[in-house]
Amino acid sequence: MSSIEIKKSYEEINDRIKKGKAVVVTAEEMPEIVKTEGVKKAFEKVDVVTTGTFGVMCSSGAFLNFGHTKPKIRASKVWLNDVEAYGGIAAVDCYLGATQVKDDDPLNMVHPGSFSYGGGHVIEDLIAGRHVKLKAKSYGTDCYPLKEFEKTITINDLRNALLYNPRNAYQNYNVAINLSKKMKYTYMGILKPDMGNITYSSAGQLSPLLNDPYYWTIGTGTKIFLGGAAGAVTWHGTQHSPDSMRDENGMVREGAGTIAVCGDMKEMNTEFIRGASLTGYGTSLMVGIGIPIPILNEDLAFFTGLSDRDIKAQLIDYGIDYPEGNPVSLKEVTYAELKSGYVEFRGRSIPSSPLSSYPKARKIANVLREWIENGFTVGVPQLQAPTIPYMKK
Amino acid sequence: MKSINVLLIFKKEIMYKPIIYRIAKDFDIIFNVLEAKILPKLEGRIILELRGTDKQLDTTISYFREEGVEVQTLAEMIKRDEKKCVHCGACTAVCRVDALAINRSTMEVEFHPDKCVACGLCRQACPVNAMSGTAIDREI
Repeated sequence: MSSIEIKKSYEEINDRIKKGKAVVVTAEEMPEIVKTEGVKKAFEKVDVVTTGTFGVMCSSGAFLNFGHTKPKIRASKVWLNDVEAYGGIAAVDCYLGATQVKDDDPLNMVHPGSFSYGGGHVIEDLIAGRHVKLKAKSYGTDCYPLKEFEKTITINDLRNALLYNPRNAYQNYNVAINLSKKMKYTYMGILKPDMGNITYSSAGQLSPLLNDPYYWTIGTGTKIFLGGAAGAVTWHGTQHSPDSMRDENGMVREGAGTIAVCGDMKEMNTEFIRGASLTGYGTSLMVGIGIPIPILNEDLAFFTGLSDRDIKAQLIDYGIDYPEGNPVSLKEVTYAELKSGYVEFRGRSIPSSPLSSYPKARKIANVLREWIENGFTVGVPQLQAPTIPYMKK
Repeated sequence: MKSINVLLIFKKEIMYKPIIYRIAKDFDIIFNVLEAKILPKLEGRIILELRGTDKQLDTTISYFREEGVEVQTLAEMIKRDEKKCVHCGACTAVCRVDALAINRSTMEVEFHPDKCVACGLCRQACPVNAMSGTAIDREI
């Protein structure tokens, strides 16, 4: 549990949610409330602020259990629609990673490759209820004699299908530009040569971890919206880095915190989760995540009240610096600038475009608000993600 | 005055005839070359913006067809699957003519087919395969 001052408890807030009396607003609406009524009144008035994000999130995948076959197989190699899943877990369990591409994909042999099908797409096909070809191979044992198994299945034939993403919902992220003379096909999208365009990938003011920058309310046990269903934060994510650069408010100015999340694919909806093909890069998964932030004190009202004008990110060269492992900040930009469509840099006005869907992020925050208004309570984190002390200005 | 974008395909039999010259001289069309690709001795492809009255444009298109030029209106070439599009905005990074542009109040990606020049870059940029259709680099 966090050591912060709690002026309105989880119990109080959940009690109000159960009675249908909780005041819930989205992180897009909160800045206006804080601006007109002040932090103190906003804290007293609002119980929960809902957030949302929808974008390509690598480090995603699924644990699938396809049930025991007859005769039994101890699968050591597993494929779904010719995309290999890691089978070294148990007899009929595997882990399907979002960035695994289909066997025999031409990759980048003719650059840029299109990467039309991979693990992320299999996850989407399963959630959509489409048919998927399952193939498994084994060396055979006394208790598991079968050596090959092949069957066309749907998600209903799987005993379990758990989305388990070790690193999602990055708290802030790089903004990309290309200073080289060549077109670059990156996970930050297509970047034209000579600073032709700028891309960014965050929902900014709506993004979950940017609304609770010290992870006071987000930790193991936090209940979330994941791909259209209820899910949970299971741990802090890989590469979680609370000591990244912060501004005078305490808000992170670059990629910092991350979360690991889990949910039941059988309850998800492809409106909020999609396979992705990134030209020249590979496949991945677009994930929709929403997290409710309980407003336990004025500081949380303050942070959820910050808007795109107050949140900054670093402009990085993906032409030369980033690939060489020397990313340096070329400029600090706000999400308000990025969302205006143009960023001023080196005397030029450069078009900026997003890679994460703001309309979907907004939809998720609104759906989550409806859930809470209908009784979805706020989870109490049992283990806090690593953080740093907050120095109030 | 109206403006349309067309892809013209000149098969090898006619690819060295001065056809475009005549649309300016005989039909008084204002044209602007947006993109061109010559596959020597095989095929010539050119994307033109044509400006003129409805009548001038109709006459010009009929003339192209009489000469054996394959004409495709670009507004009908690239399509967006509304069910697949997630409005992420990745396509707006590469669209050179603002046929795909973000509405800043809703942050949704709006598609204006009339502005499209069928360059096909949006198909490359789209992570969810929502854009389809032929472009200047289509197979022969």
